[in-house]
Amino acid sequence: MTTESLNSSSRGKKWLWFHRFGSPAWVYGFASRWAMPIGVVALLLFVVGLYQGLVVAPPDYQMGDSYRIIFIHVPSAWLSMFSYFVMAVSAGIGLVWHIKVSDLVARSVAPLGAMFTFCALVTGSLWGKPTWGTYWVWDARLTSELVLLFLFIGYIALSNAIEDRRTASRASAVLALVGLINLPIIHFSVEWWNTLHQGATVTKLGRPSIDTRMLIPLLIMFFAFNFYFLSAMLYRLRCELLSQERRTQWVREIVND
Amino acid sequence: MTPKRKQRLLLIGLLLTAVSGAVALALTALNQNINLFYSPSQIAAGEAPDNTTFRLGGMVVEGSVKRSDTDLSIAFDLTDTAKVVTVRYTGILPDLFREGQGIVTTGSIQNGEFIAQQVLAKHDENYMPPEVSAALKQANADNYSTEQTAQ
Amino acid sequence: MTEFFHMGGYAFFVWTSYAVVAVLFTYQFLSSRSQHKKLIRQLGAEVEHKIRRSNKS
Repeated sequence: MTTESLNSSSRGKKWLWFHRFGSPAWVYGFASRWAMPIGVVALLLFVVGLYQGLVVAPPDYQMGDSYRIIFIHVPSAWLSMFSYFVMAVSAGIGLVWHIKVSDLVARSVAPLGAMFTFCALVTGSLWGKPTWGTYWVWDARLTSELVLLFLFIGYIALSNAIEDRRTASRASAVLALVGLINLPIIHFSVEWWNTLHQGATVTKLGRPSIDTRMLIPLLIMFFAFNFYFLSAMLYRLRCELLSQERRTQWVREIVND
Repeated sequence: MTPKRKQRLLLIGLLLTAVSGAVALALTALNQNINLFYSPSQIAAGEAPDNTTFRLGGMVVEGSVKRSDTDLSIAFDLTDTAKVVTVRYTGILPDLFREGQGIVTTGSIQNGEFIAQQVLAKHDENYMPPEVSAALKQANADNYSTEQTAQ
Repeated sequence: MTEFFHMGGYAFFVWTSYAVVAVLFTYQFLSSRSQHKKLIRQLGAEVEHKIRRSNKS
């Protein structure tokens, strides 16, 4: 027995639940159990949120009905950054502790993050045309969000380009960690520089400067997007686990059922 | 934690610090280029480039908008509450263009006036229904008139 | 109802952005589920192949 496993067992049972997340077979079972219920919750939230946002919420005093794009734009933008954070942190954990599951979480989050970033850019541009008068402008917020899309694409490309698994996850983890610096730049870009993009509404210190009837659908959609993200991530993680562990006993048992 | 893992963690920490430092330096160096627009005060201070196209941002001064009767040309004053620049423009304006609105315009300085090629509206971070906005305006007006009578 | 689809004149912008998000989200979700089914089938075939080969020898 190595000194390390002695250490961890002597630290007590508190750590047992945590160590389970390092076991691919256990995580596969966990994902299979939770992906569907979480997805159902997301679907219900989407239905309520869309109804509240498109039908119940009143139009804006300046932008009329075009502001309704925020109900998908803001959650997409939030998730684009959040999924990058999840991806970089789990890739980093995989890099330091060599936990396979952690690498696979990063791999399954990356395409989702790219999708959210793309959605944030497209919906933002479709909102920009009627409100600002242009689809695109190279201001700090829009440019840094575009850089985020390239970081996701770079991560996906790099982790697929290298044949050897361990080298691939190491190289792409370094890229993901270096790209973390972009997150504070995206968030604070509207404060640090003059931009066409407006400042933060909901996370503003003090009271959010948005009417309650508009804030409620925004929050519902926010939760819907997060649940969708979680469910989609678990579904993707299942695929990653199966194809990575294809030669192991637990996969054979699952496949033969 | 094994020494090897500790070393790896330390390496990542150093990497992140180094990258953040480099990016911070680069962004500080590029500061003016990252700003989307110049303010009227910067123009008054002579910071804006001469004879080239650049962006100017500010608020449309209330009551300064003069539209032409014959074509789409328009003239208005732009302020950052300190200095004022007059802007001339011919073309279609965004829906959000109005007096008191923040805008960003592309063009160049000619004879002390800003000749715009493009006008973009800047949206603020407030969202409210029309009736709330009307109520707010009413409340402001009421405050103003009570102040006036108090004086 | 027509008023709802008209979106105060912003129909193109509002509905295009909602459509892009809806299509991408649905496609992503369905594709990862069908990929899972395919993997199970594929890996099952591989395992069976191996068993048959080991039985022969």
